[in-house]
Amino acid sequence: MSMKQTIFDPLFKNNPIALQILGVCSALAVTTKLETALVMSLAVILVVSCSNLFVSIIRNHIPSSIRIIVQMTIIASLVIVTDQLLKAFFFSIAKSMSVYIGLIITNCIVMGRADAYAMKNGPVQSFFDGLGNGIGYSVVLIFVAFFRELFGSGKLLGYTVLKPMSEGGWYQPNGMMLLSPSAFFLIGIFIWILRTIYKDQVESSN
Amino acid sequence: MYISGLSKKVSTSIGLGIAVIVVQSITVPVNNLLYTYVLKENALTWAGVASSDLSFLGLITYIGVIAAMVQILEMTLDRYFPALYSALGIFLPLITVNCAILGGSLFMVERGYNFTESVVFGFGSGLGWALAIMALAGIREKMKYSDVPDGLRGLGITFITVGLMALGFLSFSGIQL
Repeated sequence: MSMKQTIFDPLFKNNPIALQILGVCSALAVTTKLETALVMSLAVILVVSCSNLFVSIIRNHIPSSIRIIVQMTIIASLVIVTDQLLKAFFFSIAKSMSVYIGLIITNCIVMGRADAYAMKNGPVQSFFDGLGNGIGYSVVLIFVAFFRELFGSGKLLGYTVLKPMSEGGWYQPNGMMLLSPSAFFLIGIFIWILRTIYKDQVESSN
Repeated sequence: MYISGLSKKVSTSIGLGIAVIVVQSITVPVNNLLYTYVLKENALTWAGVASSDLSFLGLITYIGVIAAMVQILEMTLDRYFPALYSALGIFLPLITVNCAILGGSLFMVERGYNFTESVVFGFGSGLGWALAIMALAGIREKMKYSDVPDGLRGLGITFITVGLMALGFLSFSGIQL
């Protein structure tokens, strides 16, 4: 597979959330605002590409019986570093994301790519695979967050786009968009759109 | 992951639900003890260390405890319930990377639960998860007979179902739109 494919395939053709069903849980909680979704995306891209790189570098020295623990340690250390960095430089955002930065450890995308790709491929390829999958995850996250913030509070990145009635505008915010079920609906719709375009992703009826 | 993989049959989802309850009601209290007596700021005074703050090691400690717990559970199931063990297959080790488990420990720390509260919280959140996965599996078994649009079939419709279920569960605590 060429480098270009490694990066761009996970965006739509082989999207980690929509097709491999990995890493859904964090997609729900951090998407009420576009800002937190962007920070989360950056954090995941950083963790997944670095963990792929490091796992790939030492892949020939990891005994296969304890590989999960080794990968987990690498990932957990990277997440701790990310968590500390966010707390140091973006304290208010880190506070509002509460435990969800920590939950990157259990994001199956990170674990899945480390085990399925980085254990078999060279460091550079693995790094770009991580990058691509991180961006594929971000596409879904930003799609969901865009609609949730726009319709839930009439804002984008904190700037008012649809002026709500409470401030003398015309828009009645849809409070349900701020609750977690709407994220499920939006991901469902995202998958529907994706599978209408890429027919080969449709699941067979049994 | 769990949404698609294991929620297809009620029988396996019951087994997994019980496994999560067990893991959750042990790991949350254990992590609570670790946090209170080792990791928290100035927690090491009992060991004669005057000032310490190991709270940044929290994440790696909790995931270590969880991974060890799951390993023990796996060996126990393999020994005493081989049928259930083979039915759960690959999903059993994946309990380690189940967000709900690590999330339980992280919320326990963030909300400052004491030991008793964390026992109840661990059991309760495990039970809630088990209820949800069983209900979802039940719905999905029935959904095999329904005619779903092509693009939504499988994963897509499952997400919509989970969304509707989440709405139902939310209304237990009251919804304010």
